Amino acid sequence: MSTPMVAAQNVRKNLGSTEILKGINLEVAKGSVTCLIGPSGSGKTTFLRCINHLEKVDAGRLYVDGQLVGYTERNGKLYEKKERETAKSRLSVGMVFQRFNLFPHMTVLANVVEAPIQVQRRPRKEITAEAQTLLDRVGLGHRGDAYPQELSGGQQQRIAIARALAMKPNLMLFDEPTSALDPELVGEVLDVMRDLAEAGMTMVVVTHELGFAKQVCDQVVFMDDGVVVESGPPSQLLDCPQHERTQAFLSKVL
Amino acid sequence: MQKQSRSPGTVTPDAAVRDATDEATTVVPLKHNVRLAVAIVLLVVAAAVAFSVATNENYRWGVVRSYLFNDQILAGAGLTLLLTLISMTAGILLGTVLAIMRLSANPIVSTLSRGYIWFFRGTPLLVQLIFWYNIAALYPIISIGVPFGGPSIGIASANQLITPLGAALLGLSLNEAAYMAEIIRGGIGSVDRGQTEAARALGMSGGKLMRRIVLPQAMRVVLPPTGNQVISMLKGTSLVSVLAISDLLYSAQIIYAANYQTIALLIVASLWYLLMTTILSFFQNKIERRYGRGFDTPPRRVRHKTRTAS
Repeated sequence: MSTPMVAAQNVRKNLGSTEILKGINLEVAKGSVTCLIGPSGSGKTTFLRCINHLEKVDAGRLYVDGQLVGYTERNGKLYEKKERETAKSRLSVGMVFQRFNLFPHMTVLANVVEAPIQVQRRPRKEITAEAQTLLDRVGLGHRGDAYPQELSGGQQQRIAIARALAMKPNLMLFDEPTSALDPELVGEVLDVMRDLAEAGMTMVVVTHELGFAKQVCDQVVFMDDGVVVESGPPSQLLDCPQHERTQAFLSKVL
Repeated sequence: MQKQSRSPGTVTPDAAVRDATDEATTVVPLKHNVRLAVAIVLLVVAAAVAFSVATNENYRWGVVRSYLFNDQILAGAGLTLLLTLISMTAGILLGTVLAIMRLSANPIVSTLSRGYIWFFRGTPLLVQLIFWYNIAALYPIISIGVPFGGPSIGIASANQLITPLGAALLGLSLNEAAYMAEIIRGGIGSVDRGQTEAARALGMSGGKLMRRIVLPQAMRVVLPPTGNQVISMLKGTSLVSVLAISDLLYSAQIIYAANYQTIALLIVASLWYLLMTTILSFFQNKIERRYGRGFDTPPRRVRHKTRTAS
């Protein structure tokens, strides 16, 4: 079996004196879609943010594509990486936020080409054409000149997905991508994500959309109070959960 | 409101209002009698003042007119503008550095910045200007070398290096930097944390993240108070007249010291200050609109496009 895209070994994280992650063990295979579900405050978002080192891991090891995240291992010690090195390792990981976080002072097209030009130093002509294709793919090819604020939440989130894809990532992280959307706009974002999954992208999705989890995910992970309580294929975890806490959560949500 | 009106079993206020307006009732708007009276009184006062200014011969408008385009006055206005531009530019650059230092996670760096701001905001600008003018009393010779009494190379005497104009620029710039640092810090703080995170997630870091993402968005918050600073700097440069620098005010002072037309020349100077602040305000509006793009109102260009499309 090839190296997993994400491998977490006993990952721990403290914020102040509270322990947010109490030893997470998890593997995400290449080309698979993993959904993280669980009550709020269970640590799902924190774990997702650890994967691209927006949060520092305090203990344990987290590998992305075989590379240790945020640290270099030498002589049995872990040395924290410099900001610049960490930034480089983030290039292969795309992230989509709950609140979109598009750059409001740039047009839609400028949002998508910003990082490829500024960070990857790719020629503007080439990436502009590519960005146009990406915008077409999320159904917004005609809105390249608009500013983010002129668009609906659903449209903004689709742009945010296009912006992340422009970096040609191997792994896409989604942090509750539909939670800030009006109910009627959720579908258009999930459709884009479904297409992406079908195209073989490795995805880790924190979500409350159990319908999406059931249809698209290969693996569903239920987290509660900083630990992975249970994980498995959606048919097993969502339909006949083994653990009491999973059952309690699902009965409240469904 | 809508939710309320939908709840069952209550008489909805909406319905009551609708009933009232359905009948052809005449609506009598509220009369603001006091407000009107105050406005009329103020208008009369303003007219009286204008009349007096126009007719009182002590203003000597003839003298004002003859000195308005006097060479010395024009040169003074030019110098005032130059002082403003140089000090403001230096103040903004140094202020940006101080603001970023102030936000640093390193306590030494942020405390140093805080100390600088404390000192330069806490002492009068006039005192700082006179201080720089007299710096030679403290350090007769300016040199570069190892601190704490180590070897050093003398460069020049302080009087040669720091001319009155140099002292004025130093005083104005260093003072301005302290104020700009606080304004820029506020601007940076106003940018949503999600913006930095999104940029970091895209592989940006350090200076690039600041320049491309944070500062352009901070501009929107920074610009209005900066406009204020530019205008108060333009007038603040008149303080340098104490250093015998022939700025606008000092030029006017020199002329009225000779011909005793004090009021007339102060009016000349004021008219030029007013003209320059008006022009600067105009540019401020333009720049504010440029950096407001994507935030408040959609820019005209885009609005126009959607109109033709529909």
